[in-house]
Amino acid sequence: MSDLTHTPDLSLTDRITGALSRVTPGRIIVTLLLLLGAWLMVFPFLWMVSSSLKPTSEVFDSDFTLWPKTFAGWQNYYDVLVTQPYLRYLTNSMIVCVGILVVQLATAVPAAYALAKLKFRGSTILLGTVIACLTVPINVTSIPIYLGLVKAGLLDTYLSMMFPFLVSVFAIFLFRQFFRAYPDSIIQAARVDGFTEIEIVLRLILPAAVPAAAAFSVFSFVSHWNDLYWPLIVVQSQEKMTATLSMMQYKSTFDINYGRTFAAATVVTVPMLLVFLFARRAFVRGITMSGVKG
Amino acid sequence: MSAPLLQRRQARLAYAMVAPAIVLILLIYIGPMIAVVLASLTDYTLISDYWEWVGFANYIKMFGDAQFGNALRNTAVYAAVFLPCAFVIPLWLAISIQKRKQFRSVFEILYFMPVTSTLTAMALVWSALMDSRQGILNEWLGNIGIGPVNFLGSPEVVLFSLAGISLWAIIGFNMVLFIAGLTAIPRSLYDAARIDGADHPVDEFLRVTWPALAPTSVFVAVTSSITAFKLFDTVAILTQGQPAHASEVFLYLTFLEGFEYFNMGYAAALSVFFLGVIFVFALIQTLMADKAAE
Amino acid sequence: MARLTLTDIKKSFGETQVLKGISLDVQDGEFLSLVGASGCGKSTLLRIISGLETADSGRIEIDGVAVDQATPKARNVALVFQDYALYPHMSVAQNMAMPLVMGRLPMRARLPGAKWVTPGHAQTRREIAAKVQQVAEQLRIAHLLDRRPAALSGGQRQRVALGRALVRDPSLFLMDEPLSNLDAKLRVEVRREIVELHRKSGLTFVYVTHDQVEAMTMSDRVALLQEGHLLQVGPPGALYGDPASIDVARFIGSPEVNLLPVRAVAGGLQLAGQALPVASGQPEGTDLMLGIRPEAIRLAGSGTGPSFGLQVVRHGVEDLGGELVVHGALAHAPDVALRLRVQKAPDASAPLHLPETFAAEVPVGAVLLFGAGGQRLAVGQGASLRTEVPA
Repeated sequence: MSDLTHTPDLSLTDRITGALSRVTPGRIIVTLLLLLGAWLMVFPFLWMVSSSLKPTSEVFDSDFTLWPKTFAGWQNYYDVLVTQPYLRYLTNSMIVCVGILVVQLATAVPAAYALAKLKFRGSTILLGTVIACLTVPINVTSIPIYLGLVKAGLLDTYLSMMFPFLVSVFAIFLFRQFFRAYPDSIIQAARVDGFTEIEIVLRLILPAAVPAAAAFSVFSFVSHWNDLYWPLIVVQSQEKMTATLSMMQYKSTFDINYGRTFAAATVVTVPMLLVFLFARRAFVRGITMSGVKG
Repeated sequence: MSAPLLQRRQARLAYAMVAPAIVLILLIYIGPMIAVVLASLTDYTLISDYWEWVGFANYIKMFGDAQFGNALRNTAVYAAVFLPCAFVIPLWLAISIQKRKQFRSVFEILYFMPVTSTLTAMALVWSALMDSRQGILNEWLGNIGIGPVNFLGSPEVVLFSLAGISLWAIIGFNMVLFIAGLTAIPRSLYDAARIDGADHPVDEFLRVTWPALAPTSVFVAVTSSITAFKLFDTVAILTQGQPAHASEVFLYLTFLEGFEYFNMGYAAALSVFFLGVIFVFALIQTLMADKAAE
Repeated sequence: MARLTLTDIKKSFGETQVLKGISLDVQDGEFLSLVGASGCGKSTLLRIISGLETADSGRIEIDGVAVDQATPKARNVALVFQDYALYPHMSVAQNMAMPLVMGRLPMRARLPGAKWVTPGHAQTRREIAAKVQQVAEQLRIAHLLDRRPAALSGGQRQRVALGRALVRDPSLFLMDEPLSNLDAKLRVEVRREIVELHRKSGLTFVYVTHDQVEAMTMSDRVALLQEGHLLQVGPPGALYGDPASIDVARFIGSPEVNLLPVRAVAGGLQLAGQALPVASGQPEGTDLMLGIRPEAIRLAGSGTGPSFGLQVVRHGVEDLGGELVVHGALAHAPDVALRLRVQKAPDASAPLHLPETFAAEVPVGAVLLFGAGGQRLAVGQGASLRTEVPA
């Protein structure tokens, strides 16, 4: 009995002394630097949220406190969400991001499957084109696309906001790599069992592609939510303004109520932070996958 | 007879699957890329419908243009500050964080948070933190006897400040890439190095970590270079190229020429130049990745 | 050239105790195998000997000098890894030179490009290159010195790993399942080469494997580990013929030993109602386990000496060419399974035919007896008469 209770105690003390013996000056310095860096990373967020709860007079107060001396949080957020059109902006961002994502998946998944598993003439050229387009950013093609949208009278529409991103060559490439790793023997077995090609895609390939699709979705959603460049070019009215673009209004004296300004900044930032905190793994995978993107 | 039939059926299906993607790639990538090259040979402006072919006049103008030279110089200065830090700091962080068992995921979350956030919103926060009179950074600097520094208003400092904000936003991203690279190094290589007597941290780094990390390093270096060359959001929202064109970087100049002054022909030439630079980076990456994989 | 002494080595990972007090003495120049099922702690023990891992308690001595706190470098041990752990970005020559570069050149001469900056160590560099060349020739890989590991076959990588271990003239030569990534034919070949290497070098070898055949065929002595305990250490023949416990008997030998539940009765044992003339010296009524090696069961009448008979029902026969492995059961107790190994006569022209039920016999001297706790018991000639089995 005493032996049974004694053993874990010993290993615990062992572990504590072991941990203590590993504490060296070098380790302490590294830890302090890591903590300092982490503080620098997080501080802007803390400052933003803190300021969003303060009245204007307190935002630039010389003695900064994390918790406001006068709480103006309710007023600031009420103004942003109800008086100002921020719900409209958030909805616009959501519509554009979801629309882009749905079309991207709908075009990329079949194309990637055909490139990975089906034989057809021209597949090599298509794959080469996809890989070449991987390196082309929107900034290069923006002028002709913009001119085309102007001629078509489509400026300041959801379609124009989504248009350049409706096909993702990155998604095609990514899913193709993923499908190529899917064993041919299973597909052949399914063909022998009488599955049609469509059924194979729907019932075998798609379920297997869910993890890759999740990671890509997070990546796509976040990059288009945070995009400033394209909305800046095609959006002209408050009606179509995205959350990210709305931040541009503050470059001039759009709002001299600083508490309210940072409440707006918080409202714009929080959705992506929530996505990150709740889907951290898919998020990190999705964003490191841009790996191939170059 | 049945095999060719089956193949024809498969090919028909394949064309149906790739058709939407092909149409969109033609509309979004191929067409605009041809158009941008053609447009760069014209004097087209959105303001007047009259235009004519001008040959290489836009390119000749570009290389004699003081604004273009200034933008390139600004981009280069910014990159010279940004790139070494965007490489070395995440590498050090990845090595320090990856080794520890406790708090590893906490550090990963904290350092990654800026990557997920909406940079335009956070840029507003940074401009408040960097405010020349009331900003908290100047308050901190004042406490240790420095400053005040006019972070965003001084031509000498503004590129450094922008580089600082970009670093804040990219460090976690590159760190996660490095951690992924480090995790892929087999444990047994470190064991072998210790057996072979390479137990000094310097030897361990030079003989195992650094060479094994080469593909990741190439990737991080190239993507960070492209990111540096694509600097846009913070300039657009914080400085608009000011003061005195000191923060007018390449992509922002292209944006101004195209979408503020509507000099579409000239902006197209700048876009083609941009594409050339990106292409060079992609080429470097391919060549170096081959060498690193050797 | 070293003698290795381990005293009461203990090691835990978290709550799991992996090594529960291992004491072991390896003589200078000996080839000792650590064998056991996966998870028995043998690799951990090897890592502790090498210095990659530290024991929670216990003492390690090399040639009488305590090395518990010493780095692997200071212990001067060589270790061949299961996956070889060759540095992928270095040539074969650079891989093999690594221990010498680390051991003989000072830090500033090891930095990248130092070769051209500080030419002061040219002599040492030449010696290292010469040593690498010599070992490479010995292992017949001199023509591969400029290649990268990725361009080598599995067998070639294996030799490079051996070479990297050999160049430094280690005091202890440690190997962690070095053959497990080779195909069956190559494995037999390299097995012989390692034995040859051991004989020529005269070094002390500690060899970890889960494969009892490797352990039995290569070593001077075998140490069998199970769940962190050392079950038995001894020459391969001793572990097979004279196992200290039922666990040893079960692990060593393939096909596995027959274990038959018996009970001590007056003058012998009782196996499923049949009396056996095997004296156990245990009180009557004690439940025991009788171990019989498959080759100890022979066809009735094919040998002499005291033995007892068994009627066997044949279920299946595996013809291995030179011998048969017969799977069957006791005729009067079908739930007692038996495995037999029957040698074919070398000049047998017709295939050996076994009837459905046949008589077999077991020499009394060949049986192993184990107590209820698995401990080995002595056996003697039983009082009852030798039971004749009609041919």
